[in-house]
Amino acid sequence: MKEKETKPGWKELPAGGLIIGGGTARDFKTGDWRSNRPVLIPEKCISCLTCWMYCPDSAVIVKDGKVVGFDYDHCKGCGICEHECPVKGKAIKMISEKEAKNK
Amino acid sequence: MAKTNIVAKTGNEAMADAMRQINPDVVAAYPITPATEIVQIFSGYVADGLVKTEFVPVESEHSAMSACIGASAAGGRAMTGTSSQGLALMAEMLYVASGLRLPIVLADVNRALSSPINIHCDHSDTMMLKESGWIQIFSENAQEGYDNMIQAVRIAEKARLPVIVTTDGFIISHGMERIEILSDEDVKNFVGEYKPEQYLLNSAAPITIGALDLPDYYFEHRRQAAEAMKEAKSIILDISKEYGQKFGRSYGLFEEYKLSDAELVIVAMGSTAGTTKVVVDELRASGVKAGLLKPRVFRPFPKDEIASALKGAKAIAVLDRSDSMNGNEGPVCLEVKAALYDKGLAKPVVDYIFGLGGREIRLQDVEMVYNDLASMLKGKTFDKVNYMGVRE
Repeated sequence: MKEKETKPGWKELPAGGLIIGGGTARDFKTGDWRSNRPVLIPEKCISCLTCWMYCPDSAVIVKDGKVVGFDYDHCKGCGICEHECPVKGKAIKMISEKEAKNK
Repeated sequence: MAKTNIVAKTGNEAMADAMRQINPDVVAAYPITPATEIVQIFSGYVADGLVKTEFVPVESEHSAMSACIGASAAGGRAMTGTSSQGLALMAEMLYVASGLRLPIVLADVNRALSSPINIHCDHSDTMMLKESGWIQIFSENAQEGYDNMIQAVRIAEKARLPVIVTTDGFIISHGMERIEILSDEDVKNFVGEYKPEQYLLNSAAPITIGALDLPDYYFEHRRQAAEAMKEAKSIILDISKEYGQKFGRSYGLFEEYKLSDAELVIVAMGSTAGTTKVVVDELRASGVKAGLLKPRVFRPFPKDEIASALKGAKAIAVLDRSDSMNGNEGPVCLEVKAALYDKGLAKPVVDYIFGLGGREIRLQDVEMVYNDLASMLKGKTFDKVNYMGVRE
C-alpha cells in the first residue's frame, strides 16, 4: 500500500512505457549502488578539471572554474577521478561508504 | 456511394494493392511463401514510383519487424507482410511493437508451422501469437483481406495497437477472385494523414521509447495494453461502420450468417466460412435451420457479443484450423466455450480440428458436421474434440 502513494498507477502513466520530455537522466538517481565515494581535499586541489573530464557520470561539481565537490546522487564510485588526479598525494580520496556514514 | 472498380485479383495482389493505396512511409519485409508476392508486388510499386514508401529489404523477418518498430517509433506509418515461420521469427519483436503501442500493420498469410515443413494453409501461425497484444482480424476472401487492410491502418492508429490482418495461404493468397477496389483518392481520404501524438523525430518534444521497466512499472504498462485491447472493440466497430457507410461493405466483430433463428450452428473463421455458407444455403433449402457465426476479430475476442449471438443455438460445432496440442479443444473452441460458460449458456459444443497443413475441407465435410449436430440433438454422443479429415 505504501508504494501506491509514491508511484503512479496504470491509468496515470504515459502509454507504451514512454518517457515524456528530455534530460530525465538527471532525475534517475544511480548513486545508491556505490560502495566507495570520492572525497575532495580542497587545499590540495588545483582545479585542473582532469577529474571533471574523466568522470563518466558528470558527477564532478564545478563552480566558477573550481572543483567544489561531487554529485553523490549520480556518482557510482568508480574512482577514476582519484586515479587520474595529477596532484602529488592526490586531491581526491576514495573512502568506503561505511566510512563516510560513520563520519 | 463511392465509385468502385471491379477487377480480378489474387489475395496477395489485393493486399499489395491496398498497401499501394495506403502509401505507407516504410515497408520492411523478407520474402516467405505464401506471403512473398505481397511485398514483391509492392516493391514493384516502389520501383515504379507509384508510392512514396521507403522500402527496406531486410535479411530476416526479425529485422523486418525491427525496422518497422524503428520507423513507427520515429513517427511513420509502417507495414509488413509475412507468414508462418516468418511470423514465428518476428515473435520477439511483435511483443516489443505491442508493448510500445506502435500502430504497425502486418499482412499475415496463414500457413502451417514446421515441422514437418509445409507451405500450405492453417491458422497455427496466427494462433501462436494470440496473446502477443496484436489485434487479429481474419478475412474470408480477397475482398475482405483488401477491406480489412485499409481499415486496419485506422484501427491501429486509433487504438495505438498493432494489427495483424490474415488471409488463408494459397486458398485466398493465390486464388483469383472478382473483387471491388476503391479509388486511390477514396483510400487516401479514408486513411488520412498519420499524426502521432509523440514520436522520436519530433525534436520539439523529446521522448524516450523503450526504457527499462522492471517490476515497478512493467505490470502497469501491460495493464494499459490489455485495456487498449478492450477499448479496441468499439474502435473497430466505429471504423468498420464508417467504411460501410462510405463504401457499402459493412463489417462487425463477427458475421452472422442466417444465424438469428438457427438451431445448428457452426463457428468458423477464414475461407472455411465461405464454404460453410454454401452448405448453410443448401440445408436451409431443405428446411434445416443451419447457421454460421464467423469471427472476424479474434483479438480482442468479442466474448459477450458472441455468447449473445449463440443464445438461440441448440447445438454448436467449432471448426478450428489449428490444434492446441491437447489444450484440449482448439483455440477458437476454447474461447467460444468460455464465452458461453460465463453467460450461463450450457450448450452442447463440439470441436472439429481440420485442415492442418492445407488439407482440403469440402462441402460434404461441412455437411457432415451439420449432420453430426442434428444427430447430437437426437441423443447421439460425440467426442468433445474430433480430428476431421485425418486418416485413421
